[in-house]
Amino acid sequence: MPQSHIMPGFRPTLGFTLFYLALIVLIPLSALILKSLELSFDQYWAILTNQRVQASFRVSFVSALVAAGIAGILGFIIAWTLVRYPFPGKRFFDALIDLPFALPTAVAGIVLAAIYEPKGWIGQIVMDVIGVQIAYKPLGIVFALIFIGLPFVVRTIEPVLQEFDTAMEEAAASLGANRWQTFLKIIFPNILPAALTGFALAFARGVGEYGSVIFIAGNMPYVSEIVPLLIITKLEQYDYAGATAIGLTMLVISFFLLLLVNVLQGWLRRRGGQL
Amino acid sequence: MSINLKNISKHFGSFTALDNINLDIPEGELVALLGPSGCGKTTLLRIIAGLEQADQGQVFLKGEEVTDKSVKNRKIGFVFQHYALFRHMTVFENIAFGLRVKSHSERPSEAIIRRKVHDLLKLVQLDWLSDRFPDQLSGGQRQRIALARALAVEPSVLLLDEPFGALDASVRKDLRLWLRHLHHELNVTSIFVTHDQEEAMEVASQIVVLNQGRIEQKGSPSDIYDNPSNDFVSRFIGQTNVFHLEKDDCAWLQSAGIIIDEPKGIIAHVRPHNIQIEKPAASANSPVYLKDWQHLGGTIRLELDRGASNGSNTIIYAEMPNEKFRELALERGDRVALRIKHAHWFN
Repeated sequence: MPQSHIMPGFRPTLGFTLFYLALIVLIPLSALILKSLELSFDQYWAILTNQRVQASFRVSFVSALVAAGIAGILGFIIAWTLVRYPFPGKRFFDALIDLPFALPTAVAGIVLAAIYEPKGWIGQIVMDVIGVQIAYKPLGIVFALIFIGLPFVVRTIEPVLQEFDTAMEEAAASLGANRWQTFLKIIFPNILPAALTGFALAFARGVGEYGSVIFIAGNMPYVSEIVPLLIITKLEQYDYAGATAIGLTMLVISFFLLLLVNVLQGWLRRRGGQL
Repeated sequence: MSINLKNISKHFGSFTALDNINLDIPEGELVALLGPSGCGKTTLLRIIAGLEQADQGQVFLKGEEVTDKSVKNRKIGFVFQHYALFRHMTVFENIAFGLRVKSHSERPSEAIIRRKVHDLLKLVQLDWLSDRFPDQLSGGQRQRIALARALAVEPSVLLLDEPFGALDASVRKDLRLWLRHLHHELNVTSIFVTHDQEEAMEVASQIVVLNQGRIEQKGSPSDIYDNPSNDFVSRFIGQTNVFHLEKDDCAWLQSAGIIIDEPKGIIAHVRPHNIQIEKPAASANSPVYLKDWQHLGGTIRLELDRGASNGSNTIIYAEMPNEKFRELALERGDRVALRIKHAHWFN
């Protein structure tokens, strides 16, 4: 017996979804896998265990994680300020948040490098005061990735904060909770799933980021060389199989990290009774 | 605990929400703040709670001034209109919240918290829901959990903002009686806000009628119904027929052969049940005829047309018991004679 759906258009929409997935995501990705199959397992393993490759993986993932974490905290504060307090020029600041989305990342990288280099406006001050060099060091990568990741966090937390029922805060206060307890026990648990989404987006963007990072990183092998740069280097040497092997590994690691975040979110939601 | 308000005023921009409110509520009362929407009743409740600050005036709880104390130090229980349950916590944790946030020295042990929460859940008859989340409850259940949560901290005053506003009619009826009985049991001074006069009459021991930021009248439900102090209260509490003596009504009232006591004002308000209907001896003389009637349960409401083309108010409502209506055996269009037994006079 044919099943009747309340919502019409199930077949065309499913068809479109599968078509889109296949064309844009699955076919290119399987091409990646196929290409890397040209390598024997030993060759593949040799590429991955290469010291320089491993160092670049460490640089890429650690800096993306650190940057996403910092962007998560900063983004939360910015979203909070934008939602909760009226202040002059608020709309202007609000529009400014999206700028890293629109700016060509190379432009961002060049500007950041110019400012944070040892002789740059801010780099000079930081150098003089605490003796830390930002640009052309792994720290520079983190700075660039925070810049790139921040809007993801702000834009995912903002709507959730806007819809947050402030009566819950009043209820907590009427039950004797102070501001800190209210934040920790009421506001934070309700914002956490959105904050995790923002973190995951910022992280995913950070791992793949190329344009802004290469200008500020210094690109020293073993120290500040990121995975995407290594892939480009391999491509320039016509080592397509090697490039795809690294790319595939990166993809798999990212996929599992994002999956982990998703599982964590699901667990939080279930625990919060918001299925 | 008694609640005393002295000269409370509150403005929002140029709008006056509360205008010099003075109110004393003795210990143990269940008071309704009644008024149309926008009359300032919720603002007044929030000022008593400390969720809002008055522009001027003082709030005393049990004789102690709390005007500058924040809500967390006022020892009040507040039940929000849309419950404001913590949706990421179970019912149990919601109720335990007020106990868990107490400072280390005052916080009861886990065993005491456990016992207390279950006692409260039994009090609101929802012990079997302790592991559920608020989103899994019905409106009436959420309302009772919100009440249990507010009671957990043993407040000296219980404040409820439109406690039944978001519930459907049958649940509302049950909860009204339940709240009244609960109040008898706990005897904690309580104030609730409502725009529903029937609800106020049914639940409260004292009613405070508010309009445009002022107190119009304060008294027991029967006091307010039987002796409304002014035109507004009379109109707001229950249905009423309004006659203006300075217009054509005076002549009409006399020509219709309606006997009323000596006029004591220029506006007469007549409750529907204070109009007595009879079949006229000479039916052609009466200008009033029965236009329609509705069954209200124990009583019948008669819609009478007095046939005055120039008067503004040509429909008169009367009520009578079902048996009386059957005795009269009236049909639509029948002429009737009416007599006003009692009227409230205003100037």
